[in-house]
Amino acid sequence: MALSGNCDQGNRNERERLMLKNLFKFHGGVKPPTNKTQSNTQPILAAPMPSRLVVPLHQSIGGTPRPVVEVGDKVLKGQLIGQADGWISAAVHAPTSGTVAEVAMHVRPHPSGLDSLCVVINPDGKDEWIAHGPADYAAMSPADICSYLQQYGVVGLGGAGFPTHGKLTLTPSVAMEDLIINAAECEPFITCDDLLMRERAEEIVRGTAIFRDMLKPQRVIIGVEDNKPEAIAAMQAAVKQLAEPFSVIAVPALYPAGGAKQLIRVLTGKEVPGAMRSTADMGVQVFNVGTAYAAWRAIGHGEPLISRIVTLTGNVHAPRNYEVLIGTPMDELLKLAAPHPDTDGILMGGPMMGFIVPNRQAPVIKTTNCLIAHSPRFFPPAPPEMPCIRCGACARACPHELQPYELYWFARAKNFGKTQEYHIFDCIECGCCSYVCPSHIPLVQYFRFAKSEIWAREREKNAAESAKDRFEFKQLREEREKADKAEKLAKAAAAQAAKKAAEAAAAAAAPVEGAEALVEPANPAPSQTSTVDAEKEAKKATILAAMERAKAQREAAQIKNTDNLNAQQQRDIAEIEARREVIQPTAAAPANENQA
Amino acid sequence: MEIALAIAIMALGALLLGAALGFAAIKFKVEGDPLIEKIEAILPQTQCGQCGYPGCKPYAEAIAKGEAEINLCPPGGSEGVQRLADLLGREVKPLDAEEKPKQVAVIDENTCIGCTLCVQACPVDAIVGAAKQMHTIVAQQCTGCELCLPPCPVECIQMVPVSETIDNWKWRYPVIAIKATAMRESA
Repeated sequence: MALSGNCDQGNRNERERLMLKNLFKFHGGVKPPTNKTQSNTQPILAAPMPSRLVVPLHQSIGGTPRPVVEVGDKVLKGQLIGQADGWISAAVHAPTSGTVAEVAMHVRPHPSGLDSLCVVINPDGKDEWIAHGPADYAAMSPADICSYLQQYGVVGLGGAGFPTHGKLTLTPSVAMEDLIINAAECEPFITCDDLLMRERAEEIVRGTAIFRDMLKPQRVIIGVEDNKPEAIAAMQAAVKQLAEPFSVIAVPALYPAGGAKQLIRVLTGKEVPGAMRSTADMGVQVFNVGTAYAAWRAIGHGEPLISRIVTLTGNVHAPRNYEVLIGTPMDELLKLAAPHPDTDGILMGGPMMGFIVPNRQAPVIKTTNCLIAHSPRFFPPAPPEMPCIRCGACARACPHELQPYELYWFARAKNFGKTQEYHIFDCIECGCCSYVCPSHIPLVQYFRFAKSEIWAREREKNAAESAKDRFEFKQLREEREKADKAEKLAKAAAAQAAKKAAEAAAAAAAPVEGAEALVEPANPAPSQTSTVDAEKEAKKATILAAMERAKAQREAAQIKNTDNLNAQQQRDIAEIEARREVIQPTAAAPANENQA
Repeated sequence: MEIALAIAIMALGALLLGAALGFAAIKFKVEGDPLIEKIEAILPQTQCGQCGYPGCKPYAEAIAKGEAEINLCPPGGSEGVQRLADLLGREVKPLDAEEKPKQVAVIDENTCIGCTLCVQACPVDAIVGAAKQMHTIVAQQCTGCELCLPPCPVECIQMVPVSETIDNWKWRYPVIAIKATAMRESA
């Protein structure tokens, strides 16, 4: 109290000076009680080493990193344990030194309470760093810095956890105008960014300078809500000290001023179209203040993202901000703040957008900014849902100018096509509509339900389409194989016929040579009498085949050139026939002998 | 004279319009039945043949011709029947089979003898394997059609329901708790 009283006069002057910058207003918004003073009076304290660390591999948006350690491995603090999988994915590191106890499925802080692959580390208590040092920043190209930040696991710490390097690549066609550092921290109860700015402003400014060097924007704005005067002062001092041309702007405290699109609107007056996926397409890029700090720790000190500031507040004796290792179990962490005995759950994130963690053993991850001890005393159960009276309060509060009462109607009726027509995917689930609803309708829950149903349907549709394609391809392939086979058979048959015809022609041309040649292989056969049965059989077969062929040729020869013969030819034939009469019995004889 | 003129004008008009219609019939000819495509888009494309037709397309054609009922597709479930009914203006009927959760086939690789019979049976080429080599199923491609089960001589294929993971988890429909307090207030 005394502190805020002392600062009041100075802050007012400061605020008025800052207000000279022309700020804009976004639609709607609400002013819930901020409840920040409980936790922002004490400095950040390093949380003690937990008994074990459960580090989920999938902590950011994008691909699931692949584990690169095995059970029993000794790891050092900052050692890579999960390799990034794909471009939109970030590496995961060991938060302390110790032994890998498990690489197994463990609960993840997610509203589903489901498991995902985690690396469990038993700390050895030495907290021994892997060899690390500052990067040679001046010599690195933008692409190097991108992959460096990916290797060091830097992701957006504001809540969504989008890998930071994915936002640092320029859109070639659009000039970058504004780089915005989001330090609004509009959600009630959370003070982790506030404390980070008060204590580590210089490093934040250095991190911001890295982003500035990468994106080369025309101006850099650090937007802080005006309920954090100490943080604003610290940031301004740091900017002045480092002689950076960044402007630290106080924005009016109005929830959700910390939403990326809202902050862009307030600071620059630019309206981000609903369908636009990346704000970089209109020359604006927004980073959370914690992300800038993490980027500097990675580049300036070579430290991967293995810890973050977490606010412990709510139904506790000693609310405070702690620097917490990623992977610290939440129930163990919350004990530091001494929760009251009636605590019945842990709320991760703020009361507006956060969720009750289904399993209290869930670990702190990169996007865990705040843990609130939940109790019915602090958060009385919502009154029963009443019918919608279409008062329109939700539409007036919606920062995205949607019509939640219409969306509610369609989501409730599971008319998902209509919800999309009313732009349900522009909803950022800020909770303003639920907050103002006089009928206490959990509107955001309906919208989340509708969104995940639409995604599930989309997945099913894609799966069906791919199945159809594969089925059609298989049918096509089978047809083709059948046709190929038929063609092959036809070709083989044709070849056979052609061969026969050729043989016949050859026999016709030289019937005598053909007959003589046939005798030769037959003759030596009888001399080899003492061979095994198989050999005999084979020979017999050859002989028989040869005889058959000779017979066929003879017949063919007889059929083909019996007409149009002159006297000389007829005489020759007669001579040959006579010789053949002599040969015939000798050719047949060996076969008989063999049989005997 | 006037009558002749009137007839001539009408005849000319008829000729012109007839020509225009004839042209339109050729120019804007619709290839195939668009209804079949719409029906096929609703069907789950498992190609399982449980409807009695050899694939989803033949079933769609049969529905379009009015030869088949709309409740024969078990993988589509009652929701599929509902959507077909909406599209075709037919009456919703209960599904002519029990509704199963989505499944995938899993090969017990210790038992597999590598006979390739299941590879040939799979309508979507989701089974990888060669003769006398162990086979395995690509779970993402498997439609759960069960067509690989009957040919397997050693019965090493099992259907396993698709488990819920963080990637396919869905937010539940908000449930409104009925409170005893409401009763007390009214009393």
